Amino acid sequence: MRLTFDVNGVGQQADDVWPGESLLYVLRERMGLPGTKNACEQGECGSCSVYLDGTLVCACLVAAPQAQGRAVRTVEGLATDSAGGLDHIQQAFVETGAVQCGFCTPGLIMATDDLLANTPTPSDAEIREALAGNLCRCTGYEKILDAVRLAASRRTEVTP
Amino acid sequence: MDFLYARSWDEALAAKAERPDAVPISGGTDLMVDLNFDRRRPDALLDLNGVEEFTRWERVNGHVRIGAAVPFTRIINEIGSLVPGLAIASRTVGSPQIRNRGTLGGNLATASPAGDALPPLMVADATVEVGSVRGERTVPVREFFTGPKRSVLEPDELIRAVLVPVADGPQQFAKVGTRNAMVISVCSFALALHPARRTVAGCIGSAGPTVLPTPDAEQYLEAELADRRLWDSRAELDEAVATRFGELAGAHARPIDDVRGTADYRRHAVAVLARRTLQWTWTEYRRAQR
Repeated sequence: MRLTFDVNGVGQQADDVWPGESLLYVLRERMGLPGTKNACEQGECGSCSVYLDGTLVCACLVAAPQAQGRAVRTVEGLATDSAGGLDHIQQAFVETGAVQCGFCTPGLIMATDDLLANTPTPSDAEIREALAGNLCRCTGYEKILDAVRLAASRRTEVTP
Repeated sequence: MDFLYARSWDEALAAKAERPDAVPISGGTDLMVDLNFDRRRPDALLDLNGVEEFTRWERVNGHVRIGAAVPFTRIINEIGSLVPGLAIASRTVGSPQIRNRGTLGGNLATASPAGDALPPLMVADATVEVGSVRGERTVPVREFFTGPKRSVLEPDELIRAVLVPVADGPQQFAKVGTRNAMVISVCSFALALHPARRTVAGCIGSAGPTVLPTPDAEQYLEAELADRRLWDSRAELDEAVATRFGELAGAHARPIDDVRGTADYRRHAVAVLARRTLQWTWTEYRRAQR
């Protein structure tokens, strides 16, 4: 079947989509957007987190045809301001060393973006709860928590 | 595989009547796992995301009528104070991403004894609105489940909404799992106090073929509360009463050994959760007076 939807602000079309395939598969294999990672394929790890009409979801649990006519935003669509630059959350992950193998990073950045959009100055408990659906097997999470705190402090400076 | 879209309740019912083999999909948090891992290859999927009324809730005559596809995140944020037991359980579902997609309708239709929303719906005496092109009916949640992953839903029927009475007293839910997020419960327990009726209701999750009510424990506690005039005095509850309530609740469990825990552990843990939820709700009932 044909799938028509919006990806990072641009209208896209995919043909010969199998109705049972996931939005994750479409993004990676048909749209050429490998930032959204494929790990567990059962909603357990959060590596495939994207926005579907502004709601944070696991792309592996959305049937591709369910995205028909809807808007998807992936990690590639976060840094919109500067060409090739990083947005402030990505920059905070780099500066705090919150990235090791990097596989979980896009999902954690999406979850952080969603957290800070709704809770600009989160408590540590709120950060932990917001990131509870994202698994990292390298860092031990402490530096990731540092990154979220840093991003939150900068966001507060920018938008008082 | 065919993919069917529905934009209204009537369209969804017509599609389900024509294709009873079509598996409904809304949040996809259970079904997509089966598709991704090749465990299931249905001939057709019926997408319910386009049915706007499924995503609405409203207050009706002392009840909250929750559309089948209101996600757990919205139950927590929008109606938590009306249905506190359900909101507490909803907070324990998966992760933010899963709670953004998972729905009450999916929990009911999947009919797993580990469905986190099911024990609180049982103790609140919720009813399920189901329908087909043949007509609509309401089924008490207490009569909805017939076995593990089996319910009274006919092949041409869909769940429309869940009618949950607004809480008339303290409600609690507790769940055992290996971590705080992303766990299928080892076992769980929901408890509701109904001070106006002077009754209590308990329900066990994930320790039997279906979620299980706990009538012996309820009868014992109701008798103790009446004999000791505790509903009126709001005095402290004897530790021994809470412990006995837990033991009687645990005796209703019909658990099995599986990867998540042993039957013995589950029976013990249910008793502990029942005792604790009773202590929490009774403390809340005592405070509410002042």
